[in-house]
Amino acid sequence: MKAKIRKILTFVEETRTEMGKAVNPPTRRAAAAAVIENPFAGRYVEDLAELMGIGEELGALLTERAVAALGIPGASAESYGKAAAVGENGELEHAAAILHPKLGTPVRKALGKGAALIPSSKKRGGPGVALDIPLGHKDAAFVRSHFDGMEIRVNDAPRANEILVAIAVTDSGRPLARVGGLTKDQIKGEDGLR
Amino acid sequence: MHDVLVRKRVVIVEEIFHEGGPLATKPLRRAAALVAIHNPFAGKYVPEIAGFMDDLNPLGLEMAKALIAALGGDPRLIEGYGKGAIVGTAGELEHGALWHVPGGYAMREILGNAKAIVASTKKVGGPGTRLDVPITHINASYVRSHFDAMEVGIADAPKNDEILLALVMTTGARVHARVGGLKAAEIKGEDGLR
Repeated sequence: MKAKIRKILTFVEETRTEMGKAVNPPTRRAAAAAVIENPFAGRYVEDLAELMGIGEELGALLTERAVAALGIPGASAESYGKAAAVGENGELEHAAAILHPKLGTPVRKALGKGAALIPSSKKRGGPGVALDIPLGHKDAAFVRSHFDGMEIRVNDAPRANEILVAIAVTDSGRPLARVGGLTKDQIKGEDGLR
Repeated sequence: MHDVLVRKRVVIVEEIFHEGGPLATKPLRRAAALVAIHNPFAGKYVPEIAGFMDDLNPLGLEMAKALIAALGGDPRLIEGYGKGAIVGTAGELEHGALWHVPGGYAMREILGNAKAIVASTKKVGGPGTRLDVPITHINASYVRSHFDAMEVGIADAPKNDEILLALVMTTGARVHARVGGLKAAEIKGEDGLR
């Protein structure tokens, strides 16, 4: 394992009602997050390949944890997202190196398909910083019912020399989604958009 | 008799491998079960509220079971516990106190013979309020290695007419516990204290 992991967290949320109206079946989303050492903290390093490799590793590990937390087969996941928060001694580009080049392939492998872009966010911050992980349908980015986000935070991370990396997976869209747009049963699934 | 109306459930699991020291041979796991319920007493002063404690018993049991499941499924793995509540702003602190009996009952029931008082905290707050849930050893409150806490919260809860209820369990001591005091191996287990 390339990543030096201090801790791993999982979060599962289940919404049963909104405004007193039952959400049936309840919507569920899960996030798995790892707190890792930033190998490049405190200095400028040109080549970020090591972080890209860590991203690949975490893509598999965190997706597996999130799907297990939901208790569903990977192929049943409907939407996904990813995010990272870099501690104060790191740079935003470190989050980019983890999230963008190599993390997606193992995520898609674990979830079956995944034609759509994995929506992402990143920031630099201190311990307890809120990370809003954007969510979108895994096969068609325009499915409006699945535009969403999940907030997580870890009170003691990221420390200055750490990075918090998170992947979120759902088995559903928003509770009581009703603002129209493309629905999941209309997905063609060819271009990742519709 | 009031219905217990659950809007949302959240389960958080933390697996801690190290905190700057040697890797734990057995990583510490902490889990929190959080539920946002409607506060039947929101917006007015209600003199008689104690009956709601009985109404909360089944929910407490469900949350305690969810924690055991999240920590591996075996109640014998559980060494620490705690509980807490955040009352939405249309309620009063006393509504949070309704959780003492059912929350404690539920964990004792599931854990068999847990002898120690369940450490607790509560406050009034808005959505996203964080709560540091205190944790102590389940059989002897003075076990120093198990004094701990877990910060929890839900981004969109409690709404003003809700109560966020929390139960927390752990599988062991702080990851690098080394400040002496009563050890888990020295517990007499008679009075719940030592």
